[in-house]
Amino acid sequence: MNPASPFVTDSVRKAAMTQSADAVPETGAPLPRFPMRRTCPFSEPREYAEMRADRPVSRAELKVNDKPTWLVTRHEHVRQVLGDSRVSSNLKLPGYPHQFHIPEEMLAQVRLMMLNMDPPEHSAQRRMLIPEFTARRVKELRPRIQQIVDEHIDAMLAAGGPADLVTALALPVPSLVICELLGVPYEDHARFEEWSAAMMNHDLSPAEYGAAVQALDLYLDKLVTLKENEPGDDLISRFLEKNRTERVADHADVVTMARLMLVGGHETTANMIALGVLALLRHPEQLAALRADPALLPNAVEELLRVFSISDSGTARVATADIEVGDVTIRAGEGILALNNAANHDESVFPDPGTLDIHRKEARSHLAFGYGIHQCIGANLARVELEAVYGTLLRRVPGLRLAAPVEELRFKDDAMVYGVYELPVTW
Amino acid sequence: MRVTADRDRCVGSGQCAMLSPDVFDQDDDGLVLVLREEPAEDLREEVHRAADLCPARSLHVHG
Ligand code: HEM
Ligand code: SF4
Repeated sequence: MNPASPFVTDSVRKAAMTQSADAVPETGAPLPRFPMRRTCPFSEPREYAEMRADRPVSRAELKVNDKPTWLVTRHEHVRQVLGDSRVSSNLKLPGYPHQFHIPEEMLAQVRLMMLNMDPPEHSAQRRMLIPEFTARRVKELRPRIQQIVDEHIDAMLAAGGPADLVTALALPVPSLVICELLGVPYEDHARFEEWSAAMMNHDLSPAEYGAAVQALDLYLDKLVTLKENEPGDDLISRFLEKNRTERVADHADVVTMARLMLVGGHETTANMIALGVLALLRHPEQLAALRADPALLPNAVEELLRVFSISDSGTARVATADIEVGDVTIRAGEGILALNNAANHDESVFPDPGTLDIHRKEARSHLAFGYGIHQCIGANLARVELEAVYGTLLRRVPGLRLAAPVEELRFKDDAMVYGVYELPVTW
Repeated sequence: MRVTADRDRCVGSGQCAMLSPDVFDQDDDGLVLVLREEPAEDLREEVHRAADLCPARSLHVHG
């Protein structure tokens, strides 16, 4: 198991739910429980709109451990909290709003990923990585990403429909992109993809799941050793090279960093690929507009990121001082979930927020990648991947349609990263 | 209109360079570079947008 994963897969979550203690009866009014279920696969939880209107910063109780947390729901407040230097991302702090079960003794052992570090450690590691994700660097990756997308669509078309878009395209494309970014040798690609897909497969038994995670961890460890001895033209090698002078990380930190790239970039992007295609298929007029004018793609990507906000509660913090948010004082030590799905449906920023509109002018103001010093470092890369997949599918598979009724699709309602398990399509 | 960037705050997200590539770039370390400190008036909206969306609030538009 990977207890430090912020984007925990639902198999872990499932295990967590069964391990958590029964609810402790509350005195006084019962607090709402978090997470709350999305009303339908395409909308935010019903409670969010009420909260934004009546109690935009309010208390709730975490389902996993019955501990209290603050929920922040307005766009303005979510930006304020995530931009505040008096909040910490450190999941070892007592008030941190955990969303999956981690035994205390395990928590003590967890090596912090950059995602859970605070300055100055966070800034030191992030600074080593940002050259890998600049707008220019990501643009240079575009042709190769396009090639990866084309190859997978070739294979899908050759095999014939119906196909599961998740296994045919959504999972392998981001996996291969990360594989190449990290410098996984070509001959290991298939195994790497297999393990990283297994980490997201909820149908595996806990033992099978554990085995996949362990195999991948072991592999990443070996990969880092390989790069230490034989540097290549890749992110890990450049990180190690810089680290020789900067000295911000030891071997295990580099392995942890490589794992963060995988857990942070794989399932997120995969889920957005599948959900985005599904949403477009349900809005044929917008799909047609997009096919007719590919220049609309970048804004469509932003709008899809906004409506789904798949990493809603990925932006978890602990206050390290008393801070005022709206009318409320959050005390030092208290946990905060700055809900980006709630912020992204704030009607004061996004009129008629429940409606998908690929032409929406303010779409890019969404906070689906977070905000502040931890804002997703892979955001521009994810954007390019999504543009390439949506654009190429529309162009090359004009007859694309669902091969199962929407009611039969299974959505990741209990997972920390929202998505759909399978997406049967044909053409 | 004059544009300034506080490079000490920049977290290298590259949002500005994606949104307004004529005005912003990133150096080899990934930190923001202002290419045009006094961009043309027709870029006003774009530049304001970049400043508003900067996750580190490191961009400022004066005048
Ligand atoms: C659609 C796809 C994606 C979504 C929705 C997403 C979402 C997020 C969010 C919300 C955060 C902020 C967490 C926080 O504030 O605590 C984040 C951080 C992060 N993401 Fe992404 N992400 C995506 C794709 C990627 C990709 C492709 C990569 C890498 C290749 C990546 C790597 C990371 C890393 C390393 C961080 C931590 C940054 C830091 O702590 O400074 N993500 N992501
Ligand atoms: S948007 Fe802000 S944080 Fe991102 S590169 Fe530009 S100045 Fe830096």
